[in-house]
Amino acid sequence: MTKKYIGKRIKRSEDPRLLTGEALFVDDVEIHGMLHAAFLRSDYAHAYLRSVDVSAAQAREGVVAVFTAETMGDDWQPGPPLVSPPPTVEDVIFHSRTQVPLVKDKVRHVGEPIAIVIAENRYIAEDAVDDIMVDLEPLDAVVDIEKAMQPDSPLVHDDLDSNLAAHIEQEKGDYAAIREGADLIIKRRIVIDRGAAVAMENRGVVAQWDAKSQRLTVWDTTQAPIAIRNGLAARLDLSEHQVRVIAPFIGGAFGPKMMMFYPEEMLIPWVSIKLDRPVKWIEDRYENFYATTQERRQVHDAEMALTLDGRILGVSDVFLHDSGAYDPYGLTLPLNTQCHMMGPYDVANYYSESKVVFTNKTIVTPVRGAGRPQGIFIVERLLDLAAKELGIDPVEIRKRNLIPPDAFPYEHKIIDQAFAPLIFDSGNYKPVLEKAADMIGYDQFVKDEQPRLRAEGRHVGIGIVPFIETTGVGPYEGARVTVEASGKINVATGVGTQGQGHFTSFAQIVADQLGVDVRDVHLVTGDTAEFHWGTGTFASRGSVVAANAINASAKLVREKILALASKVLESPEDELELADGVIRVADIPRISISLGELAMLANPLRGAVEPGTEPGLEATAYFGPQYGAIAFGTHAMIVEVDPQTMMIEIKRYVAVEDCGTVINPLIVDGQIHGGVSLGIGNSYYEKLVFDENGQLLNASLMDYLIPTAAEVPRIEIGHEETRSPLNPLGSKGVGEAGAIPVPALFAQAMENALPEYDLEILEAPLSPNRLFELLREKEREL
Amino acid sequence: MRHLFDIGVTVNGTRYERTVEPRLLLSDFLRHDLGLTGTHVSCEHGVCGSCTILFDGQPVRSCLMFAVQANGHEILTVEGLGTPENLHPLQEAFWEAHSVQCGFCTPGILMTLVPFLEENPNPNEDEIRAAISGNLCRCTGYQHIVDGVKLAAQKMSASQ
Repeated sequence: MTKKYIGKRIKRSEDPRLLTGEALFVDDVEIHGMLHAAFLRSDYAHAYLRSVDVSAAQAREGVVAVFTAETMGDDWQPGPPLVSPPPTVEDVIFHSRTQVPLVKDKVRHVGEPIAIVIAENRYIAEDAVDDIMVDLEPLDAVVDIEKAMQPDSPLVHDDLDSNLAAHIEQEKGDYAAIREGADLIIKRRIVIDRGAAVAMENRGVVAQWDAKSQRLTVWDTTQAPIAIRNGLAARLDLSEHQVRVIAPFIGGAFGPKMMMFYPEEMLIPWVSIKLDRPVKWIEDRYENFYATTQERRQVHDAEMALTLDGRILGVSDVFLHDSGAYDPYGLTLPLNTQCHMMGPYDVANYYSESKVVFTNKTIVTPVRGAGRPQGIFIVERLLDLAAKELGIDPVEIRKRNLIPPDAFPYEHKIIDQAFAPLIFDSGNYKPVLEKAADMIGYDQFVKDEQPRLRAEGRHVGIGIVPFIETTGVGPYEGARVTVEASGKINVATGVGTQGQGHFTSFAQIVADQLGVDVRDVHLVTGDTAEFHWGTGTFASRGSVVAANAINASAKLVREKILALASKVLESPEDELELADGVIRVADIPRISISLGELAMLANPLRGAVEPGTEPGLEATAYFGPQYGAIAFGTHAMIVEVDPQTMMIEIKRYVAVEDCGTVINPLIVDGQIHGGVSLGIGNSYYEKLVFDENGQLLNASLMDYLIPTAAEVPRIEIGHEETRSPLNPLGSKGVGEAGAIPVPALFAQAMENALPEYDLEILEAPLSPNRLFELLREKEREL
Repeated sequence: MRHLFDIGVTVNGTRYERTVEPRLLLSDFLRHDLGLTGTHVSCEHGVCGSCTILFDGQPVRSCLMFAVQANGHEILTVEGLGTPENLHPLQEAFWEAHSVQCGFCTPGILMTLVPFLEENPNPNEDEIRAAISGNLCRCTGYQHIVDGVKLAAQKMSASQ
């Protein structure tokens, strides 16, 4: 394989259509005779549903149908769990309670759908939602996860004894024993709060049942079209081949579009079949704040045991994890947190206990980072506090604890989100930490610049945080690569795409394998009619799992090309080369055949073919990694705080990343920028505020503040490249990395900026208001 | 009884005459009545900037206007800016600088920037960031967008 394209900053082939408004998003689908849906959603977080009267809504002109749980009859079923339940690991408790299509007996969070109205247009559908008379008997809401675990708490699910959804303990070494001999124990309560993903495109589903062909076509803003197809077929009693799910261009996803099945996702296709009409539902932003999944609330009681010279002897942590009203995503999030609470450090003794708690809030599933930022926040905060206590420089204490390069593969002896052993496949952490320190000028800043700025009365702080990210988990992805008679290459794969540049980075791999121009490789993804094996885009796995499947199938096609060309050109395979869309004899370039001509020869119209041969220059292959590849990096930041207004200015931001082989650095840089931007929101601007009744108080983009161009600084990026031994490309994921270390970085840098307050930041996110409160508390103490 | 109004609007140089309800949002009119789906809708209350169009040359949020208010006016949407084969220099620059990830906010950002670059053909980084601070993007962290604007300014001044 030549490396003409892999590793190059190739412009994205999908961009011209996106830039001109031609790219198809779900809400752009228009079908003749299409009806529109709107939902009646609960205003209460917790209530018994006594009655629903839809007669006035049904009578409104332009309304075609109204459905409730009752009128769905036997078709009403709770959603299937999204991930497999945990295997019978010792002592694991897991109560699976999945979301329902429409509320039947009890409302469990604000925004849960109670009725669906189908009308000629969305305006009428929304009018008719207001016509519905609903009788709800409010109950005390379960909001706070600590109170939820008290014996007198109201219950989210009445059939359970408590609000405990799951309980899992993990242990490595013997923390209790090592604690006895430790020189220093740092023990704190640390809280991380809830945020929203806020993809710019809200969710949406269009379904078209064609009674004549008995086929269902669904356009869905999902990250996992194949799983949606299979689930719909099962639930609607259709063959999988009768259902085609298309995830066209998706306007950002960041995790919540991996949740399945959302009630709407099941209902819209069901209604389309029921009414034999195309139906569209597009979520509005208000619904998005209540009905699209969220993440991150955890309360930790964490401690770290160290020696006097700052070596970590062990980490112990007991935490509560807010699951919201249901738990369709199983244990993924708490397991991710458990797997990141030792960070990139060599920790011999570890104990972690996680209790997952039901609350009357929107369902929790992964949001970019997915439990990892919380784990990194815990270990980094404990280490920062230890460094202060021991008088060791923050960079130095980290260097002393990093896993050394000769220790890989490094076995952690706990299980990961896929219930597989957590193994760090490869890494070289110190150069990445040192590069970040160099790039930001750590030593010079601490020695010279900071004292000078402090003398001027300015509050400028520095932070530096290394981290790891588990990426590229299985089970598998697949791809089919075809050489067409035009000489152009068609690639079909199953993962959906939401802006990651797959059309281009995947084409780069194929272009290198087959020696063609990258512009001649056309990728189809997210359409189950094109490829129907695979799982989806999540866990930073596209460039690992799908990319390697594509590489494997391109390699098979290359073998077929060489075998056939060898016969046609009457030359041995090892004397042939593929370049510029042509196969030629390396030493006698005039003996050649174009890929297109060869593709035609591979698909003869007449004559005899040899027994056992297959037509076409085409191959399908799959890739499933043994376990996840561990990416890593270090971020560093210099920030100025104005202690009057609590406004901040990020003066420098450095991100050094090692995600193994980089397929397209331009795209990787973009992924890091976007991840950091979300991380900045998670650190200082974005917090979903619920009151004691479970009402979300900031459910609009006016009140929930995602960073704008004014808040996100220029990000300076450095790369290191440690190939993963787990896949032929050597790649690791990078999609979530940018977001992971940022809250920990903020906490460290803010403490450093405000030394006279002796702050201990034990929460994320902060905000100007919250920082003001913390400083006032400190002033009262001092 | 629904009240309906006849309106005439020029969009991307084409005159459209339609009968609409007074409550129909301009964004919905463009997207669903005219089929110009390049204008995207995200927050529907004027915060995110995704639905920005040019209304008589000025950037406005089409989700905050009714279609009837556009009667007799001229609108430019992203479809009128360039085609994949013939991109506007700003679109070219966005392509080169990787200013696009999911592309959902992109049309609104382009329509915000077209008049901005006419007024300020040589903006500095702070001015660019201020100009797009009313447009939310969740994918890019804005850096490559800023780079794209700088590149566009260079391209556009070089071609004049």
